Amino acid sequence: MKYISGRLFLTAAVLLSMMITISCTKHESGSIKVGVAGAHSGDLASYGLPTVKAAELVVKDINARGGILGRKVELLVEDDVCKPEVATNTASKLLSQDVHVVLGHICSGATKAALGIYKESRTITMSPSATNPPLTQSGDYPNFFRTIASDDAQAKLEVDFALDILKLKRIAVLHDKGDYGKGLAEFARGFLEKSGKAEVVLYEGITPGAVDYSAVVQKIKNSGAGAVIYGGYHPEASKLVMLMRKKKMGTFFISDDGVKDVTFIKVAGEYAEGVYATGPMDVSKNPLAIAANDAHKKTYGSDPGAFFLNAYAAAQALLNAIEKGGSTEYKAVSNALRTEYVDTPLGKIKFDERGDAIGVGFSMYQVKNGEYVEVK
Amino acid sequence: MEYFVQLFMGGLTRGSIYALIALGYTMVYGIIELINFAHGEIYMIGAFTALIIASVLTLHGFNEIAIFVLASLAAVIYSSAYGFTIEKIAYKPLRHAPRLSPLISAIGMSIFLQNYVLLAQTSDFLPFPGLIPEFGFMKKYEHISSSAELMIFLTTAVVMVILTCVIKFTKIGKAMRATAQDRKMAMLVGVDINRIISITFIIGSALAAVGGVLIASHIGQINFYIGFIVGIKAFTAAVLGGIGSIPGAVLGGFILGWTESFATGYVSSDYEDVFAFALLVLILIFRPAGLLGKSGSQKV
Amino acid sequence: MQKKSEIKKSLLVSLWFMFLTFPIMVIRVNPVEKLVEWRWRNMVIVGVGSFVLSFVWRYMLRQKEAGLKRIYAGGRYKIPSIQRVSEDRRLFIPLLAVLSVFVVIFPFIFSAYQVNIMTTALMYVVLGLGLNIVVGLAGLLDLGYVAFYAVGAYTYGLLNHHFGLGFWAVLPAGAFMGALFGILLGFPVLRLRGDYLAIVTLGFGEIIRLVLENWNDLSFGPSGIANIDRPSFFGMQLSLQSATVYIYFLMITLALFTVFVVNRLQNSRIGRAWIALREDEIACQAMGIDKTKTKLSAFALGATWAGMMGVFFAAKTTFINPASFTFLESAIILSIVVLGGMGSIAGVIIGAFVLILLPEYLRAFSDYRMLMFGAILVIMMVFRPQGIISNVRRTYKFEGINVPGEKNK
Repeated sequence: MKYISGRLFLTAAVLLSMMITISCTKHESGSIKVGVAGAHSGDLASYGLPTVKAAELVVKDINARGGILGRKVELLVEDDVCKPEVATNTASKLLSQDVHVVLGHICSGATKAALGIYKESRTITMSPSATNPPLTQSGDYPNFFRTIASDDAQAKLEVDFALDILKLKRIAVLHDKGDYGKGLAEFARGFLEKSGKAEVVLYEGITPGAVDYSAVVQKIKNSGAGAVIYGGYHPEASKLVMLMRKKKMGTFFISDDGVKDVTFIKVAGEYAEGVYATGPMDVSKNPLAIAANDAHKKTYGSDPGAFFLNAYAAAQALLNAIEKGGSTEYKAVSNALRTEYVDTPLGKIKFDERGDAIGVGFSMYQVKNGEYVEVK
Repeated sequence: MEYFVQLFMGGLTRGSIYALIALGYTMVYGIIELINFAHGEIYMIGAFTALIIASVLTLHGFNEIAIFVLASLAAVIYSSAYGFTIEKIAYKPLRHAPRLSPLISAIGMSIFLQNYVLLAQTSDFLPFPGLIPEFGFMKKYEHISSSAELMIFLTTAVVMVILTCVIKFTKIGKAMRATAQDRKMAMLVGVDINRIISITFIIGSALAAVGGVLIASHIGQINFYIGFIVGIKAFTAAVLGGIGSIPGAVLGGFILGWTESFATGYVSSDYEDVFAFALLVLILIFRPAGLLGKSGSQKV
Repeated sequence: MQKKSEIKKSLLVSLWFMFLTFPIMVIRVNPVEKLVEWRWRNMVIVGVGSFVLSFVWRYMLRQKEAGLKRIYAGGRYKIPSIQRVSEDRRLFIPLLAVLSVFVVIFPFIFSAYQVNIMTTALMYVVLGLGLNIVVGLAGLLDLGYVAFYAVGAYTYGLLNHHFGLGFWAVLPAGAFMGALFGILLGFPVLRLRGDYLAIVTLGFGEIIRLVLENWNDLSFGPSGIANIDRPSFFGMQLSLQSATVYIYFLMITLALFTVFVVNRLQNSRIGRAWIALREDEIACQAMGIDKTKTKLSAFALGATWAGMMGVFFAAKTTFINPASFTFLESAIILSIVVLGGMGSIAGVIIGAFVLILLPEYLRAFSDYRMLMFGAILVIMMVFRPQGIISNVRRTYKFEGINVPGEKNK
């Protein structure tokens, strides 16, 4: 009996829900709500939490100045554990709380899953860390912006560095089979093959969390590669590097901004010396960046973590665009993002048609005496 | 040829670790027919304890050998204590429960322990000191294997021999075998079942701790999640060799280690785990009770 | 006297836990900066906490044992209240009516987020019921159930991406693919028993996930497939908000359909054959039941639901990648079945709601979320090992004949 009534109700329910949708538009008064989504628990929490802190700092600043357009800014923080299926729940939770813009998500996979939902409700989303190229390049997500350069730019830099500066002929490309790492490795292999200057002697994915990587390391050694280009995060990278150095291999190790993390140096210790990694351009001389870092130290008593400045810049850019656009309407904000320059710790930025930040790029770093130093 | 030997040695190291942990699985299974999913977590806790104790001792200026011995001892003691406690809390009240209930309890325990270490310590990877000393004579063979790898294999071999002796020749070993064969009958002839089960958990956990300390100081880093994948692999090894059989667990561990090492070396590490599991399926198709498992017909 | 020994016991427990948690709870090292932090306060917390909890623990264990003893002593077996309600029509029908009204108005009184997680919970109801066929009824321990879920999801993802096929067209295809893979897995493992079967199914699940991860040309690798179409409503694409509600009702319908089919299946010839197989393989064969066919049909029919739910999952999240189909997912579905009560449909439904909604509502505890989840699994199993609702076998009673001493049997 219930089965049949369920069907009958279905039709009525859907019609009703459409009416609700029509009547339910976003309020134009009250506080401006900024959603902050990312991994705030679990093993990737260290990538997501700095963004929350950055947002808190920016908002505190702006509210102290009286808010934007006469309205206070409010943060709604939600955890997505970097899992796509959780991210859709997170996104719908944020939307049901009527957020105006979203800062996040952190991981590319989760961002991709959530973006579909934001797109349909025409909510501007800005990620400080999702580097997957199609997010902007596919043109599928006009509501998406980011304050970090995409993976192909990183891969290009790594490959150029290996070819032109290190002048290598044989290169091994490895990845961690993850969304981010494998995407990066694919680009690196593509660029290497296109250049014709060097041979990809090895292209493999390693299993994150495996007991040890000695077989892969032997294989690298056997392939006679002059350098390893690795796409992935720092835990596997440090295991690989330590094993390579323990086996007395001098092979160059070139990696990405998942590795350009202090934790990598802390864990790998002396073995980290000489490792190359690309990362966001050095902004340590930028007065805004110095101020942001100082504010973090003052408020939280520690140094900021991964993507902190990117997140800081993203929060500023979003709120600036709302102010310049004069409203939280989708059109006004996205227009302002594309036309108005904003001063951020990453420099003066605005966004191009696809949503990438203009003026944000990567540089190559090398570990020297336990610190990442920019390679000039 | 040298490449082959290198891969062989790599497989041997990996296999030794699998074997050490698989022993714990197989012993527990042999006695109470439970897949103890929390066993991988015991290994992780062993490694963490060793790291903590070693760090404290380093600060107090102990010498290397003392640190190695004391940290390993602490790891073994604490892992055993955890194993013992887990059995008392999560499995003992379930002894007469439906067969799958302890399994779910074990999965819950595994999730609990992971998050317990995550919250009490950190989510970051921590560098693990290279506790295993470098042997002078290994310098010559450096291109093939390292001191740490040799040490891992030797420890496994020694542990294996001791364990076999304990089970074959001591009174406790006899009682364990009796319990494994028929719990009720063992009880009737005066074996204290609860004590035997506790001892089994303690021995299994101690072995896992040894594995944890060895591999952590070889790889050089740990976090709260390391137990999970190793646990699954070790369980695979135990089944491969025939679950409940002690030589089987060791054989299974080595076969799994070599399969992975050679699959990576000669084919591709992309499909490393696929090879491992495919091998398992193949072996079980032809020997449904594993390599050394008893596949006698079922009693009716 | 009794009190004294109780306190002594708890004191010992408390001391033991203080010792046990000492290195991990009290000391926190930072091997890089060579710092050691001593957190003695934690030790006090553990000591006091375990002292109190050990009383509660022992009290609850005693309650449980007392309950068991009553049953063994030949006392009346207490029929679970749910079963009682469902058998009494006077109670059952109004209850069902109230429930239906609640289910129907639910999306209109709660936010889209609530509707969303309710839909997710309902998906796990169906997954649990599907796995219940394999584990609960046929007694085959399957640790790789998520593989069929992945197969269904990728069936829809790929067909939608390459050929633009819609949800309704792929739903049966997904179910069929699930069944096909179920048989594919079933064949080689026919001879295996118990835990050997468990590890092979686990391996099978991992193999499927790894292939999806590595075979870029087929599955787009770890970056997954995005922009999958949501289910259409008579050819119309809906806005997000109405789509959420629509998907919710769709899921309700599917769940009811599943309950209906599984219920019929359970009492059918083949359902009885599964139960016979679970109870005793040899006796079952001796009764002339074709073991091969029965086992394969259990795998196939169980996997069908996973395949269907996979299609639904892909349509709901509009994005899939292999990371969603890990072993932990299989473990959660298995926990639903066991926690709810193996073989019991109402149990599985309640199990799914508990296990899926619990972590969502535990979000308030943020960091402690998964810790509590693990602890709850253990505690539930210790105190209710037969699950929330134990499956009471259908028994036939003779009414009217009063044999002395045979009352209430």
